[in-house]
Amino acid sequence: MIGWFLDNAPRVWSLTLTHAWLSGVPLVIGLAIALPLGWMAHRLPRLRLTIIALAGALYTVPSLVLFILLPLILGTQILDPINVVVAMTLYTVALLVRTVSDGLAAVPDEVRLAAVAMGFGRWRRLVGVELPLAVPVISAGLRVAAVSNVSIVSVAALIGVVQLGSLLTEGFQLLYLPPILVGTIACILLALIFDLVIVVLTRLATPWLRRAA
Amino acid sequence: MIVFDRATVVYPDQTVAVDQLSLTVPAGQVTVFVGPSGCGKTTSLRMINKMIVPTSGRVLIDGVDVAKQDAASLRRGIGYVIQQAGLFPLRSVVDNVATVPLLLGVGRRRARADSMALLERVGLDPSLARRYPNQLSGGQQQRVGVARALAADPPILLMDEPFSAVDPIVRQQLQDDLLRLQADLGKTIVFVTHDIDEALRIGDQVAVMRTGGHLAQLASPADLLSDPADEFVAEFVGRDRGYRALGFVSGEVVTRPETTITLGSSGEAARRVAHGADWLLVLDADRRPVGWVRPDRLGAKVNASDLNRSGTLAHDGAPLRALLDAALSSPSGRGVVVDAAGALLGTVNAGDVVAVIERERSA
Repeated sequence: MIGWFLDNAPRVWSLTLTHAWLSGVPLVIGLAIALPLGWMAHRLPRLRLTIIALAGALYTVPSLVLFILLPLILGTQILDPINVVVAMTLYTVALLVRTVSDGLAAVPDEVRLAAVAMGFGRWRRLVGVELPLAVPVISAGLRVAAVSNVSIVSVAALIGVVQLGSLLTEGFQLLYLPPILVGTIACILLALIFDLVIVVLTRLATPWLRRAA
Repeated sequence: MIVFDRATVVYPDQTVAVDQLSLTVPAGQVTVFVGPSGCGKTTSLRMINKMIVPTSGRVLIDGVDVAKQDAASLRRGIGYVIQQAGLFPLRSVVDNVATVPLLLGVGRRRARADSMALLERVGLDPSLARRYPNQLSGGQQQRVGVARALAADPPILLMDEPFSAVDPIVRQQLQDDLLRLQADLGKTIVFVTHDIDEALRIGDQVAVMRTGGHLAQLASPADLLSDPADEFVAEFVGRDRGYRALGFVSGEVVTRPETTITLGSSGEAARRVAHGADWLLVLDADRRPVGWVRPDRLGAKVNASDLNRSGTLAHDGAPLRALLDAALSSPSGRGVVVDAAGALLGTVNAGDVVAVIERERSA
């Protein structure tokens, strides 16, 4: 396996980069979309159930179906990596809407009340008080989404979008173990790196939790 | 001055939270809303800063209807302290205090400097300023809450059960500190509590409310104790009204001279000055009373372990309740009266105090 890896290192590296890009970019876009949606779900209790049910249903659509359907909806080529980015973004949103809504709901009542009583407008209260306090909960959801994305992206190899998953399909076709092992290990390492980055960013964003010890 | 003019709050389910509340909160004084839960006291408080808008009637601040003002800017001009302090966990103590000045556009440097001064004023060590709220005790958090409410120097301070989540000893310190602060600042304070003793202690006037949002009585603490408007108020104000009312009455009580001995003197000297008396008052080197001893039971010296410390001290000019309590709690029956520095002035017995009570009553 190590011999195979050394022979193919440049290719593995480039596949890893593609894989990181395909799973990482949707994480950022997905979070950006989930924040306003989660906020709406939190603000409007009647919509909350609908939004969260829709998000849950979306997450149950098999990725392969999504990869094949999206080009029809978006009018893109089937091999266009955009399809994967859009699909992964949808999954990320589906996971994070609920998390964002839960995170905002976890802000203590007395803190929210104090902000209102001191003359914070709705927007300033959200950005200055509620979102920062929701960071730990949102971060937990983001970690799940990151690992889930890295894993689901590999399925896109079946429709020919090249990334680490391609090593797995190749290995299965050739009945040859080394690419399967290398692909799997690279996926795991990538997921761990994503996780680590999120944990570090969260710690930087929540200094009050660090010093509380 | 805050005026409630037939202010009424009805919730969508038709529950009446506040019913035709009309009262005046005088400027520069402490008005307490007190009553059982569900009496509408917090709802009434929140009408002042427009967190709740009356269904009918009005609330006026200095003659201007609150409902006609912009909520955010109105609130920035009114300090607010809530139960559990409601500090922002993500901001350091000093930045919590600086919250409203920063909202109002005061520069960060000046806002912080002002906040540091305020922290000291509410009795907090400046070394706590860089900490986060969850690193403070409940009492400390509550002090930060008071400092934060005062930061923009608002003329009005609203306090919603600010001290109910801390233990009784800390609560009393916080009450004392608030009264001391208020003596300096002269804010218009509206204070909500369910604790009648806190209401009587803090308030210049007390509004007793009953379930359903009715004002049962608006009176000074002394009048509330001596002349409750109805059975509900009498019941709510509670037992020992006669005794507690003495807390609001002062009178001229002439102290008697008291024979004393200094701590550490010989037992022989103590017996000599006592002239056979049962109890002898012991002072420290600064003439501050420390307790009573029985001269006949003393050993070679008057030791701290010989002291009976059951007697409370009354300061000169204290309410009659403090004088009477000093006399009743003293093992000799003679209540110890001290001056502002804590040095002995003399003693009074219960009969002296009761005589003054009788005189005050017939006056």
